[in-house]
Amino acid sequence: MKQITIISGKGGTGKTTLVASFAVLAENKVIADCDVDAPDLHLLMHPEIVNKQEFKGLKVAEMDKTKCIECGSCEEACRFNAISITDGESAYAVNPARCEGCGACVFVCEQEAITLKERVSGYAFISKTKYGTMAHAQLNIAEEASGKLVTVVRNNAQQVAEEEGCELILIDGAPGIGCPVIASLTGVDLALVVTEPTMSGLHDLERILDVTRHFGIGSAVCINKYDINEENSKRITEFCRQRGVDVVENIPYDSVVTEAMVAGKPVVEFSDGAVSDAIKNIWKGINSSR
Amino acid sequence: MIISVASGKGGTGKTTVAVNLALSLPNVQVLDCDVEEPNSHIFLKPKIEGTKPAHTLIPKVNYDSCDYCGKCASACEYNAIVVLPKRVMVFPELCHGCGLCSMVCPQDAISEDPREIGVIKKGKSGDGSIDLVYGVLNIGEVMATPLIDQVKEEIDPEKTVIIDVPPGTACPVIAAVQGSDYCILVTEPTPFGLYDLRLAVEVLRVLKIPFGVVINKAGIGDRKVYDYCEEEGIPILLEIAYDKMIARWYSEGVPFVDAMPEWKERFAGIIGIYRTTRLHKINTEERK
Repeated sequence: MKQITIISGKGGTGKTTLVASFAVLAENKVIADCDVDAPDLHLLMHPEIVNKQEFKGLKVAEMDKTKCIECGSCEEACRFNAISITDGESAYAVNPARCEGCGACVFVCEQEAITLKERVSGYAFISKTKYGTMAHAQLNIAEEASGKLVTVVRNNAQQVAEEEGCELILIDGAPGIGCPVIASLTGVDLALVVTEPTMSGLHDLERILDVTRHFGIGSAVCINKYDINEENSKRITEFCRQRGVDVVENIPYDSVVTEAMVAGKPVVEFSDGAVSDAIKNIWKGINSSR
Repeated sequence: MIISVASGKGGTGKTTVAVNLALSLPNVQVLDCDVEEPNSHIFLKPKIEGTKPAHTLIPKVNYDSCDYCGKCASACEYNAIVVLPKRVMVFPELCHGCGLCSMVCPQDAISEDPREIGVIKKGKSGDGSIDLVYGVLNIGEVMATPLIDQVKEEIDPEKTVIIDVPPGTACPVIAAVQGSDYCILVTEPTPFGLYDLRLAVEVLRVLKIPFGVVINKAGIGDRKVYDYCEEEGIPILLEIAYDKMIARWYSEGVPFVDAMPEWKERFAGIIGIYRTTRLHKINTEERK
């Protein structure tokens, strides 16, 4: 079984647009949306949820104010600034958005006023779509542990792929280079990096390629909207050549991409044209090189 | 005053708004808290005056006093420390640096060592008008939040502070926006833009930070973001029409207010809207 992750470093370069189209073009695959804090792929795949799992991430400290004598030792022990007396309040309180559930406050509290509680930090889903089975998730807002939820999604996808005898897992990654991105990259066969011909795109491409190299993951690059600045596109191509990374094919700018999104459809299904042709070529290209 | 610029969805124009707003106001400090992929410096072209490493703490075991009792391992919520018969293993990428292992150790055998997670750079924009501080997360590093916290320690209370927030809705976003007086949410009028805007709005409501919306690339997509803002009573602070010239300046790393100075007034106007709505709020609250 092969796994391909589509990532970008910079946000908004077209990861989800590409993944949705690949979902149309690829056969015998499972789709996984690993952007768990701002997932968008479902807006094009229209999944029908068949399985919903609670995701328990980090624990959270809970304070019994009746036992608290306001000694302040919890505030002092907490390195995440999650416990304080907020303006206008008279007692110590835990800010769950900052609490990382370490338990240092529980340990130092002599009044046993604080306990660690499990919390539901989000949900993982397995869904049917007209394009195949999809594993996805939604992290609750203001939660930590997005990397762990990404791993849950990937495990779900792998399990489904084994049960259904699928040969491919198609993974939509998150922007950035941090925890959730690394979790979406570990052990995959190919990272396809979507970039755009802007100085920011180039800067962020460099960093994400450093990450894939760091973890020893084979990478290929495609430049989306390459014609908004062809000079920069050349620069990116040259940069990739020097790094020994393939540039598979470039996609032109076309308002049809947004129109397809508004229609809730993958662009290759929505229209024929230069964008769809380019995406089909990319798909062919990465399959022949795999 | 601290203004953060956030979005939920990536690539909607946070950095564009942060940088162009900064160039439209006097006495500004920009903090780029998108430490995974910082971009503000591409546009502000700072002369770097200082770079310092950012650290978290990881446990270090003193084997002369360790008796392998295993209390550190059972206390650790992240499974970052494992005690074997004659060895203690620490997994730095799992460690949150909370210090609990060192607190619980009956032998006092655990001290803490700094571990570099990234660097913080400081400088002034090319023309000297803007102070810039930005964090750069090390490659392969998972702990973005402590670096963001350390970037924010550089806040200059004498200045109007503009924070460029990472995309998403998870902990790095909270770390970046918390403590802001106001948040500008940048979105694009598309289904993806709207879905992620709703998530970002939820975050700000949980954090009780007042906010308004800037619609970037106006004219593409549909009207649903506008309908949503109207239903929810969210002020639309500014619309930036999709414009090939603006896209071109962006691609070159040039803040478009430099090329189109008439936009400075519009950006500065965002702060005017914030001030009047805040005044309005104070007035109505006083009346109650």
